[in-house]
Amino acid sequence: MSKIRVVIAKPGLDGHDRGAKVIARALRDAGMEVIYTGLRQTPEQIVTAALQEDADVIGLSILSGAHNHIVPRLMELLRSKGLDDVMVVIGGIIPDVDIPRLKTLGVKGVFLPGTPMQDIIDFIRGNARARV
Amino acid sequence: MQPPVDPGLFPYTRGIHASGYEGKLWTMRQFAGFGAPEQTNARYKALLAAGGTGLSVAFDLPTLMGRDPDHPLSLGEVGKCGVNVTSLADMETLFDGIRVGEITTSMTINSPAAMIFAMYLVVGEKQGADWHRLSGTIQNDILKEFIAQKEYIFPPRPSMKLVTDVFAFCAEHVPKWNTISVSGYHIREAGATALQELAFTLRDGIEYVQYGVDAGLRVDDFAPRISFFFNAHSDFFEEIAKYRAARALWAYAMRDRFGARDERSWKLRCHAQTAGVSLTAQQPYNNVVRTALQALSAVLGGTNSLHTNSLDEALALPTEEAATLALRTQQIIAYESGVPDVVDPFGGSYYLEELTNTLVDGSHRYFDQIDKLGGMVAAIEAGFPQREIAESAYKFQQAVERRERVIVGVNDRASEGGEPPPSILYIDESAGERQLQKLDHLRRTRNVSSVERALDGIREAAHSGRNTMPPILDAVRAYATVGEMCDALRQVWGEYEEAAVI
Repeated sequence: MSKIRVVIAKPGLDGHDRGAKVIARALRDAGMEVIYTGLRQTPEQIVTAALQEDADVIGLSILSGAHNHIVPRLMELLRSKGLDDVMVVIGGIIPDVDIPRLKTLGVKGVFLPGTPMQDIIDFIRGNARARV
Repeated sequence: MQPPVDPGLFPYTRGIHASGYEGKLWTMRQFAGFGAPEQTNARYKALLAAGGTGLSVAFDLPTLMGRDPDHPLSLGEVGKCGVNVTSLADMETLFDGIRVGEITTSMTINSPAAMIFAMYLVVGEKQGADWHRLSGTIQNDILKEFIAQKEYIFPPRPSMKLVTDVFAFCAEHVPKWNTISVSGYHIREAGATALQELAFTLRDGIEYVQYGVDAGLRVDDFAPRISFFFNAHSDFFEEIAKYRAARALWAYAMRDRFGARDERSWKLRCHAQTAGVSLTAQQPYNNVVRTALQALSAVLGGTNSLHTNSLDEALALPTEEAATLALRTQQIIAYESGVPDVVDPFGGSYYLEELTNTLVDGSHRYFDQIDKLGGMVAAIEAGFPQREIAESAYKFQQAVERRERVIVGVNDRASEGGEPPPSILYIDESAGERQLQKLDHLRRTRNVSSVERALDGIREAAHSGRNTMPPILDAVRAYATVGEMCDALRQVWGEYEEAAVI
């Protein structure tokens, strides 16, 4: 079986990348293929990276409160490129009231501060599209 | 072990003042800013009416990154993490009805520090305040942006030019201003250990002094205006030792490495803030206790100024109630505990002195490594501090996962379902829309040719190596925006992009 491919991206202007880097390393240590985009990626750049890297999963790290703008745009772009089966998960600071809306847009998992890395690894293994 | 010398004596391990907090209590300076300038102005007026004498401005990400609200990357970010200031018009609104000559203001601004500082100076000028008497602090610490917080714009070397331009300008025109707050706070938040926070911050301080001296400044003309900013973290005794070690390291570096003769150059003054990264979203009321212990360690360590975090900050910016409780936490230490009545009460303790010495020795080892790499700018270009910190952050997380490190309420004593979350401050999109409208109005009403001329002046100074502050002040007076001024420098200096490495 081939490895699950994950693009870890940090959209928006925020530079706090501790979480993104720690989770990228944890997923890699768990046997996944991880591509970290670096900072300040637009939704367009993230979707392009997912396409080029044949990603199964996009993990967004957002702490700044910009998720309500970034996520709808990203989901729309994924649909228009035919990448509907790429699973999107978010980690960061997301107010509870925003979570149902993000899920409606198609985000599969929202991981808040304090989530064990193992929970995220298990979630991705259990939900990413099957690779043949 | 050498018995430590008294407080107030070189190398100031036990404190820079012989009388500790007896003469002057630490400054209680709470960081605040959100939304449009009108909203934050109202919060400031309330803070000052409640007896505060100092303000501390939190800017939003577009301002911190030198982008106007209409830039694509500003989408959804305007007013979210702090207040948006696009031009002098916004700075005038932010300080409307507040006499800047009568308060001190701290501004957390780095890459566009020169531009934001120039706006503050012009507000003072318009209010009739004397620049020679204006007092406050700009963070202006670009090195820790490359190392940890990552809010950089230009490459490291031209960025250092902007910093030293502010040093030179202030030495002549704004002599009471703290021109830099060399910050370990963000380095620690990014995952550094106490030793790494201490060593990288102090070595950053040394780098700034070296660049100032290399730019032709006399060390004692600018070094007394350098201040520091540390992270008050959870390991109680190690934290107290950290402030003690910092003062000794700085005193020796300034006297022996740079030959500073003025005692004020030797004395490390610092602000501390409790550790945001230690706050948990789970069982958030536990955060009040964490913050109280961290604040107490900073006071026992002799901090000169303190910010205490609010219990809800793992969830959002603090509500007014949560921010008040945070302020009360340090007021209880100040006025009820009796702790400020004694200077460095742990001085001479075998444990504290040993911890202090260990941190001093460890810092010297890091200094040697960084010196061998060619200094901190070169070390950053080689990715050295960034890698050290990322390694520590990962190790910490692994220790938490294995429960070798206990976080009460998270990996230990976690209650099923948790407790009901506190109500949080929710920032809507209205500030963003308002700032866009104001920017549009500004662009239509200002004198375009004087803006263009002033921006040419900035580009010209960047090309020629002349001090950038005078043309930046001209551009501010012409109502050029932060984004336009930064773009002028981007055109000359380019932008920094770090290699994405995990």
